[in-house]
Amino acid sequence: MSEDYRGMWKDLGLDLDGHDALLNVLGGAYQDIYLAQKNRPAGMGYFDFVMSEVHGLRIRELLDEKKAGRKIVGSYCVFVPEEIALAANATLVGLCSGADFAMSEVEKLLPRNTCALIKSSFGFKLGKVCPYLESADMIVGENTCDGKKKAYESLGHLVKNLYVMDLPQVKSEQGRALLKSEYQRFRMAVETLTGVAITAESLKQAIQTVNAKRAAIHRMSSLRKADPAPISGLDALLANQVFFYDNPARFTASVNKICDELEKRIAEKKGVFPEKTPRILISGCPQAVPNWKLPFIIETSGAVIVGEESCVGERGTRNLTDASGKTVEEMMEAIVDRYYQVDCAIFTPNPQRLEHIQEMAAAYKADGVIHYGLQFCQPYLMESIPVEKALEEKNIPTLRIETDYSMEDVGQLKTRIEAFVEQLR
Amino acid sequence: MRKRFAGIDIGSRTIELVVVDDSGKIVISLQTDTGFDPMAAAKNLIHSVEYDRIMATGYGRNLFEISFDTLTVTEIKAHAIGARAFFPDVQAVLDIGGQDSKAISLFESGKVKKFEMNDRCAAGTGKFLEIMAKTLGFDIETFGREALLAENGLAISSMCTVFAESEVTSLIAKGKSRREIARGLHTSVIQRAAGMINRVSSVGDIVFTGGVAKNPCMRRFLAETLGRNVLVPEDPQLVGALGAALLAREIP
Repeated sequence: MSEDYRGMWKDLGLDLDGHDALLNVLGGAYQDIYLAQKNRPAGMGYFDFVMSEVHGLRIRELLDEKKAGRKIVGSYCVFVPEEIALAANATLVGLCSGADFAMSEVEKLLPRNTCALIKSSFGFKLGKVCPYLESADMIVGENTCDGKKKAYESLGHLVKNLYVMDLPQVKSEQGRALLKSEYQRFRMAVETLTGVAITAESLKQAIQTVNAKRAAIHRMSSLRKADPAPISGLDALLANQVFFYDNPARFTASVNKICDELEKRIAEKKGVFPEKTPRILISGCPQAVPNWKLPFIIETSGAVIVGEESCVGERGTRNLTDASGKTVEEMMEAIVDRYYQVDCAIFTPNPQRLEHIQEMAAAYKADGVIHYGLQFCQPYLMESIPVEKALEEKNIPTLRIETDYSMEDVGQLKTRIEAFVEQLR
Repeated sequence: MRKRFAGIDIGSRTIELVVVDDSGKIVISLQTDTGFDPMAAAKNLIHSVEYDRIMATGYGRNLFEISFDTLTVTEIKAHAIGARAFFPDVQAVLDIGGQDSKAISLFESGKVKKFEMNDRCAAGTGKFLEIMAKTLGFDIETFGREALLAENGLAISSMCTVFAESEVTSLIAKGKSRREIARGLHTSVIQRAAGMINRVSSVGDIVFTGGVAKNPCMRRFLAETLGRNVLVPEDPQLVGALGAALLAREIP
């Protein structure tokens, strides 16, 4: 960190010793996993800076926004519409997860066989090490999987400002109606929080801002179709992860700048790995910062990741929201339409996800698919078996991985992934 | 002199070294215990033979790669290649080693089609059998034969080494026959292994490799449970090292 933020962290109520320990681990991992990569695009320097300041400068910015009268809304899920928050003068940020922290405290509140993502979000709260959570004026929980929806009942006792959004589980008329009424309720809750009523103008502006962010990611994804791949999967994942934290306009500009560079690389046939490196599509559970375990193993085992079928990835950014509506109501409909298409595994049945995996495997010329399932994540683990079967019927080699945030299975995973890459050559 | 190619399989319990000539024939095969310093043990082995190129496999392959600047291949592919050298048409391989087990299915061409591995824990591997044999006071070399001498097997419900050990201890305390307990343990390991093979391959002969394939009870129960032919190479522990040596030979 370029500045001393200890006063700021202390004021937020962070546990400074625990937080130092976390930042040390994070910095070390970033060095070993990210900075050790070869042939990185120069534009990734921006993300290196963002990561070095992820608990520093970005938090200061959020606190400055708060001083200027904006509110901060924290979220754990891509179903929480950023457009609505932005239009009502609030900033939406993703909340911390992705690493084991304070596990012995967590297991006093959650069963041991809870997925790592849920446990981690509790760990960051109980360990008092997530400045985003502590800066948030409103924390949005959402009824996705059983684990999350029951965990929010307990989280409600740990934070004062939890707001729970219900979500449909079936794509039906009633399901869409539920999503619509929940987005209306969310809109009112954010308006009450900020004291700012959403107008057609502010909503249009917000939709355009978020669309621009998604379009920049789409542009980057599209460039990953090239062989040799112009950017590593690790770096592309990082862009997808920072999507949830950064100032939207600055993020968009930075990703587009990287894309300009990637276009030049493609024209010069330059890549991060040699041409014909086996290409992998990752599909499944989200990978939040600093959960880089699987992509790191894959990209140090002779393969390159060319796409993420994930909430932190294409499932989260796939569709733009139609900004052509003239009234708030029309644009709210467009927002519902856009999010209703998200093919999360909490839906039953969920055939669109399999279609998307196949489309992505073809579009990014993937040689194989690695299905990433977090241990105890029932929805994705359940889907992984039919997904594997369907892909193998189409002669797309598939490897199912079930893991968590710990490092104890790294040796096993490395052998399995190396063997899978050998299979693709 | 004819060219020679070596393969070294650095496992959790033993290290095997195989040297083949340019026709792929085994000219030397050696084995040693992994012990506490696998790299020193590996170094001793490779210094005792001459070769033009070497390839490493097994869980110690990456450490070996760094220490000796050499090529590596995973145990999966090495076992697939090695098994094919003994049985050219086979399309399924089961390897049960010291602390991991894997089931591999192959295309007709010999390429790996699909595989499964046990994750994290050593349940149902050589280490499990070794600890159970010790608990029952049997020698690991004769454990399988003793199990086959029992008419019936006692059901063992636990696959976790720690839980199974206490289950076995309580059966001993109840005065149950050691052989019947042994037979039950073999059955439970085979049920797990059979499930793994069935998930990757449903028909045809199976090559059984790794140290556990030396156990006659395991071989017989595997064939009976699956209703398929089980083929075991003369020295099933050499298969991984042989596969690595043959791959070293293929490199232009």
